[in-house]
Amino acid sequence: MKIHLSLSLLTHKCLLAFVGFFVFSVSVFADENSIDNPHIQTLAASCAACHGSHGNSVGGTSVLAGLDASHFVLQMMSFRNGSRSSTVMHRHAKGLTVEEINDLAFYFAQQKRITALNPPSERLAE
Amino acid sequence: MTIDRRDFLKIAATTALVSLPMLSKAASQAKGRVVVIGGGYAGATAAKYLRTWSNGGLDVTVVEPRSQFVSCPLSNLVLGGNRNINDLTFGYDLLKSNHGIHWVSDEVLAIDSATRLVKMKQGEIAYDRLVIAPGIDFMYEQLPMLQSSEAQLVVPHAWKAGAQTVNLRQQLESMKDGGVFVISIPKAPYRCPPGPYERVCQVAFYLKNQKPKAKIIVLDGNAEIISKKGLFTKVWAEMYAGIIDYRPNSTVVDVDVTAKIVKTEFESIKADVLNVIPPQRAGKIAQIAGVANVDKRWCEVDFLTYESKTVPNVHIIGDSVSAALPKSAHMATSQARVCANAIVALMSNQLPDSAPVFANTCYSYVSDKMAMHVANVYRYDPNKKIMVSAEGGGVSEKPSELEGNYAQAWAKNIWSDVLT
Repeated sequence: MKIHLSLSLLTHKCLLAFVGFFVFSVSVFADENSIDNPHIQTLAASCAACHGSHGNSVGGTSVLAGLDASHFVLQMMSFRNGSRSSTVMHRHAKGLTVEEINDLAFYFAQQKRITALNPPSERLAE
Repeated sequence: MTIDRRDFLKIAATTALVSLPMLSKAASQAKGRVVVIGGGYAGATAAKYLRTWSNGGLDVTVVEPRSQFVSCPLSNLVLGGNRNINDLTFGYDLLKSNHGIHWVSDEVLAIDSATRLVKMKQGEIAYDRLVIAPGIDFMYEQLPMLQSSEAQLVVPHAWKAGAQTVNLRQQLESMKDGGVFVISIPKAPYRCPPGPYERVCQVAFYLKNQKPKAKIIVLDGNAEIISKKGLFTKVWAEMYAGIIDYRPNSTVVDVDVTAKIVKTEFESIKADVLNVIPPQRAGKIAQIAGVANVDKRWCEVDFLTYESKTVPNVHIIGDSVSAALPKSAHMATSQARVCANAIVALMSNQLPDSAPVFANTCYSYVSDKMAMHVANVYRYDPNKKIMVSAEGGGVSEKPSELEGNYAQAWAKNIWSDVLT
């Protein structure tokens, strides 16, 4: 599925309809850790550096796990077209296809929201 | 068509009931044993995701002689007096217990790829697939006087976070006001492209506040600052004016360790504190395994699986990989995940993703609180068969405290992901 569309031309209301079209027309995968969509599985995992394992941030960034899919898409599209300002997110949003953004939205919506863990701190051994 | 939010939600709900195609759960069928050599950012990530994505079907063993994980990212802040090394030091207990990862604290001596056997000091272990994440090794044949641990007590590299980071910080603390800190940067490629320039910022931050008469001489083997150039140039000129003397095309060819004198092709410089970051190549295990086939230095891999181009069933991830990709911690974990996902697919008789995409975000701290980024999405190019930058990548407009907060969040989250 390839869509070429200038999002800057879209009004807010049309963008919502656009989001709805994608969110409810793409396939979803049922198990959060299954191999059904390896492309999105690895891409989503790449977000963990800032947003934690499976989108469960330990703090300082948004928790993506269990996030409403249409909200996720709307935010990413807003980073993409510059209507929401950001430090780095516009770079990531612009690098992804619309299809990937939609698939990521579904992936994160399906992740269980859990309290992320910090690794055990230690004193540096001599 | 116009539509308001309420209508949208109604339509969405109706459509969802009618057409949401739920796929049935397809659990991974992957079976077999994967051995991962190295417990750094790449190796630890690969081990975790191999277990997660195989739903525990793959038996995963990590071979790592060190009992602690010490983060290179943020370790320059130790030099600036803005972090303690213990803030960056962690145990592996949660990673092992949460994911059922076997752990062998041993040193690898040899790899027999014909019989798929890893030979260690205290035993051997068989593998179906092997993942090597050895980080970097220093090319001491170019600077043999720095090879001994005694020499490194005097002239530390501090390019693997740990005792040498603490040593370099102590030397800076002991240096007299008016002293000269000399840092030597090797020719690229090396681990963490912006790292040396971030280090200069951190040392400058410390000197500016504590030893205002002291100076920094930067001997860069490269023709110019190789990462975030405009940003570092501006920061050095504006925040640390008069402290930093930057000299490009300055490769260190000799070091008098006792006298702390470095020689380039053009000059000899006496330092009070000397930090030589030697030239680098793929970690020792990659050399042992015979997978460092590019200039006998870096490892050529298939970017769909990270399998070696020279030795079958051996995968290489992280800083050792030969690629036009920055050798960063985030990159190492991104490669580890693509590799783990591909191995799970291959060991389930499925095809790996034919077009992987991943992100890299790298922050540099220019003071105690302010940071700046370089960020890119990378996408597999099926014609070139390499990862290439996607649209939208780039660097900060300027460093900020907001990005300093995000840099801290990056560290906390990547540690959580890699180590729990």
